[in-house]
Amino acid sequence: MTVLYFAWVREKVGIPAEQLELPADVQSVEDLAGYLRKRNESFSNAFSDTRGLRVALNQEHVSWDAPVAANDEVAFFPPVTGG
Amino acid sequence: MTIRVQREDFDIAAEIDALKRASNATGCVVTFTGVVRDDGGLSSLALEHYPGMTEREIGKHVAEAKSRWPLIGLTVIHRIGTLRVGDNIVLVAVTSIHRQAAFAAAEFLMDYLKTRAPFWKQEQHGHASKWVNSREQDREAAIRWLKD
Repeated sequence: MTVLYFAWVREKVGIPAEQLELPADVQSVEDLAGYLRKRNESFSNAFSDTRGLRVALNQEHVSWDAPVAANDEVAFFPPVTGG
Repeated sequence: MTIRVQREDFDIAAEIDALKRASNATGCVVTFTGVVRDDGGLSSLALEHYPGMTEREIGKHVAEAKSRWPLIGLTVIHRIGTLRVGDNIVLVAVTSIHRQAAFAAAEFLMDYLKTRAPFWKQEQHGHASKWVNSREQDREAAIRWLKD
């Protein structure tokens, strides 16, 4: 799967994007956030409070319980501030 | 319908002209232009976006605006990259036969651009940079368009 990070999430994790094998116990975007949080200090810091984060699955806004599959594109970012 | 995400500035008069020329039935043009404002010592504003999702998200709301109001033409342009005080950020231009539909659609689109389109602003104050926080007022403004 492809995982993308934007704005301060990108800055905190230190990369804009990565390819990832879907971890065995990850079924939802929330599980994915939990998996990433355990990776290292940077990810733990970025994903410490998911209430301040938003998530998109295949370029659509979704809630944290949305199911993920191997070929999905998941993006994590702060609430949007365009316009 | 025109949707563009671009680094370059846009020419508001040229965009209005293009919309007017597209149909003789056009009775009015409503435009909204968002501009970089100085909140005290702003050196520049950097706009980041999620390529692909941005266009999809704007496209979805443009389609919804068309289904809700009798519109003739619609143009949405949003800039990305580094902008300075006074620079244009976003243009929403809507044409219709009568003004009510065009005013409502322009406001609807702006409210959704603010709360759904994946853009993020980072302010630069001298050497210090700060990501802009989302505003509760923007969220409330978008919620009022939800259908019962």
